[in-house]
Amino acid sequence: MDYFLQLFLSGTAKGSIYALISLGYTMVYGIVQLINFAHGEIYMIGGFTALILGGYLFTLGLPVPLVLVLSIFAAVVFSSAYGFTIERLAYRPLRNKPRLSALISAIGISMILQNFVLLMQTEKYLAFPSYLPELSFLEPVTEYINSTQVIILGTTSVIMILLTVLIKFTRIGKAMRATAQDTNMAQLVGINVNQVISVTFVIGSALAAIGGVLICSYMGQINYYIGFVAGIKAFVAAVLGGIGSIPGAVIGSFILGWTESLGTGYISSDYEDAFAFIILILILILKPAGVLGKNQNQKV
Amino acid sequence: MRQNGLKSEILGSLAQAAWFTVLLFPLIVMKVNVAMSKATVQFRWSYLPIIAIASFVLSFVWRRALEWSSTRVEKPAGSSFSSKIMGRFQIFESNKTIRLATVALFVLCVAVYPFALGMYHTNIMITALIYVMLALGLNIVVGWGGLLNLGYAAFFAVGAYTYGFLWKFVGPQFVSAGFDTGWLFWIALPMAGIIATVFGVLLSLPVLRLRGDYLAIITLAFGEIVRMVLQNASDITGGATGISLIPRPWFLGFKLPPKQAATYIYYIAVILVVLTVFIVRRLEDSRVGRALEAMREDEIACQSMGIDLVHNKLVTFALGAFWAGIAGVVLAAQTTYINPDSFTLWESVMILMAVVIGGQGSIPGAIVGAMLLKLLPEYFRPLAQYRMLIYGIAMIVIIIFKPDGLIPRKRKSYYFVKKNSADSGHEVRV
Repeated sequence: MDYFLQLFLSGTAKGSIYALISLGYTMVYGIVQLINFAHGEIYMIGGFTALILGGYLFTLGLPVPLVLVLSIFAAVVFSSAYGFTIERLAYRPLRNKPRLSALISAIGISMILQNFVLLMQTEKYLAFPSYLPELSFLEPVTEYINSTQVIILGTTSVIMILLTVLIKFTRIGKAMRATAQDTNMAQLVGINVNQVISVTFVIGSALAAIGGVLICSYMGQINYYIGFVAGIKAFVAAVLGGIGSIPGAVIGSFILGWTESLGTGYISSDYEDAFAFIILILILILKPAGVLGKNQNQKV
Repeated sequence: MRQNGLKSEILGSLAQAAWFTVLLFPLIVMKVNVAMSKATVQFRWSYLPIIAIASFVLSFVWRRALEWSSTRVEKPAGSSFSSKIMGRFQIFESNKTIRLATVALFVLCVAVYPFALGMYHTNIMITALIYVMLALGLNIVVGWGGLLNLGYAAFFAVGAYTYGFLWKFVGPQFVSAGFDTGWLFWIALPMAGIIATVFGVLLSLPVLRLRGDYLAIITLAFGEIVRMVLQNASDITGGATGISLIPRPWFLGFKLPPKQAATYIYYIAVILVVLTVFIVRRLEDSRVGRALEAMREDEIACQSMGIDLVHNKLVTFALGAFWAGIAGVVLAAQTTYINPDSFTLWESVMILMAVVIGGQGSIPGAIVGAMLLKLLPEYFRPLAQYRMLIYGIAMIVIIIFKPDGLIPRKRKSYYFVKKNSADSGHEVRV
């Protein structure tokens, strides 16, 4: 039981990490129906920006909490700017074109960003200094869960609540829902669709950046390639929960995290990723639109 | 007016240059290094003017290009640039001698290619030809069937490993029975096709209910699972090191030295590609091909026309997988060495890119796309580490300015010729 609890908690931590990234994924998908392959790269860029600017600020001699806040802020700002720019540059010209074209464009962007960081920074794994504070009240349970995991879990919950409020109760959230439902009709009732899409990309990228900083602190290292794998995992989580649905993405992420850590704990650690994919296949066979996805009947 | 436009355009480009300079600043000008868990940052100010000027020029050019692309309308047939070129080539169509001569010249070029350019280029060309086969196969699934498949490399792996297993487990008995190992290739070729087809059918069973991106992710999952099994079941598959020393095919019972063997495999690949093109071309207008296209356009309408969707999807996956299996055997024979790294998700994505960039559903498109995607990075090699960056940029530029692909599929169009023409009221134009 002890072992199970340990695995369960590490799965929970993993799930909350996936949730941070897949929230952005699912938002973008919900509105433009695009598998945004570059989302993982934005997350990687967020991590790098935080590392670079945080490292610089630290050498200037600023106190650690301030460095933490400023580097997260910088990561959010820069990642959002990247997301905004990428949407403008690579996705907007393809909006009314065959859907696969935009997918290829996203893969191209992903390739460019990876190689750009590879060339301009380094191909090696860099240690990522953790600026996150140690929570003292966790002393008795540190063998199960450490403070970084608690911080990630807390952040994910807060962000999910904020996001739900944003989408359910604000004007822009209403516009987003309308755009997701029917872009043309949204345009007819006077919604600035371009603006809504830009805002979506900015929010999604900001979430990815927060995820980037937290996850790199958790893993303790960063590399130009981390985005790709994380992006795929987040995509799996988003689909698992029903792509386009915000609570779905979170549930999917936790299912993914638990499956992975229980699978590796009880069966074999060689097949860590395979468990994720097997549970995905099983769930999609039983519920073809994901856990929370609506099974839409196609109409003629 | 014009002057004013130019001025505002320059201002706009300046603003964009400033935006990009700020955006790229932390990643280009600042270089981070971490030692002893302390990050040190080094500034490279010399890059700053370069980004500023480059982004100014590029944004200016980009905007012009986008404008040109959006105002570019479908010109009436006969006046567009491409149709003028086609007009020039009319002579090849109409004059039988010239057409035959061109075909003969082309065949000659293909035939002497390995002798004229040497082993290095031959090997590159074999890889490109393998990709052509893969692209043509995936074109059936994605281009015609409209089923987005992100796990195509799995079938490729199944093909390659069929040959690998045949060599590893049957090879010794085969040799001791007095046959030479060169025959294994010819046994593996049809076998790999069949086994890959079986895998294709197996995969398509659970995905029958899914559509769109759910299908994409489940094929992705399938591809990754296959790769992980290959990687981890090391007693059978050799794990990450894979299977090595796979024999190349022998020529009429003679074992060829590597150089001649490459030439031989090149010819085999050429023949297989020609065969693939021929069969795929025949499929395209067949009952099956038309049914697939109907399914892509509208599943419900297709069903109500009496087409069996389940059957159709099975056929799509089976046909697509078959060619990947064949291509896998050629790959194993060419490299004599296979490991799971050749069949990653990235590989599936590359094949998909070949299909989409060439033009979905278009056979010449798939060929051109695959050639381009495989040959360009090879010839970009002098640019060393920049080539993947340039490659990515090239993909985006192509897809933005040619969103339907380089050689889009021409749909069949029917139109009326004359009211009183003899027997049929319409003629078919392809």
